[in-house]
Amino acid sequence: MKKYLFVLRRPPHDGVRTQETLDIVLTLAAFDQSVSLLLLDDGVFQLKKGQQPEAFGMKDTASIFKALEIYDVKSIYAEIESLQERGLKRRDLCLPVQEYHRKDIAALIAAFDIVYTG
Amino acid sequence: MKFAIQVNSSPTHSTSGYAAYQFITAALAAGHEIVRVFFYHDGIYHAAGYATPPDDELHMIRLWSRLARQHAIDLVVCISAAQRRGILGSDEAKRQNKQDDDLAEGFRISGLGQLAEATLLADRFIVFD
Repeated sequence: MKKYLFVLRRPPHDGVRTQETLDIVLTLAAFDQSVSLLLLDDGVFQLKKGQQPEAFGMKDTASIFKALEIYDVKSIYAEIESLQERGLKRRDLCLPVQEYHRKDIAALIAAFDIVYTG
Repeated sequence: MKFAIQVNSSPTHSTSGYAAYQFITAALAAGHEIVRVFFYHDGIYHAAGYATPPDDELHMIRLWSRLARQHAIDLVVCISAAQRRGILGSDEAKRQNKQDDDLAEGFRISGLGQLAEATLLADRFIVFD
């Protein structure tokens, strides 16, 4: 078993990117691998409450994140500075995240076998 | 060392596919092994067999086909990403009642399990975005 960290830096509804990246996450989880997510930069918008992507013909990817727990996806981390710079507070997110300061992100990433940025 | 490679953007959108190709040829020349190359997102357009760029431009798809022929590299196109974008292998086209056979020589179409497996078999996994 390997430990995977998916570093998501893009906003949701950037075409089908998020959906397709989450498909990899779900596949690895189905292969019984240890998978965690890190939301960085605009990636913190992925969990913003109250998204209405249907208005421009996109799927609601936030709901896929909510399903990840069923697949035993271990942890969702978010960078505190990325949240602050975008005016997001804990209560604005649809899922609980483990918050890390920017200075601690490198050490967090170092604990994984495979780091995937998408 | 064993490498698994993922390519995420199309030949016309960015040069990252060519960077992947150059990395692979250099790795092979240095005696390393390429477990698999997995084409995902718009990277699936690297397998578009009917792409016909002008003669004075790089023909990326032909380079991959030659690489597969010469080194027996496993070039795998993600089936769901390809279907979404209209690139169908002949088997899949038949299943969908369509007449199509878009894959260039040396590519095969399969699922994300092939990517998962490649990352497990490899010592290093590199994504060319």
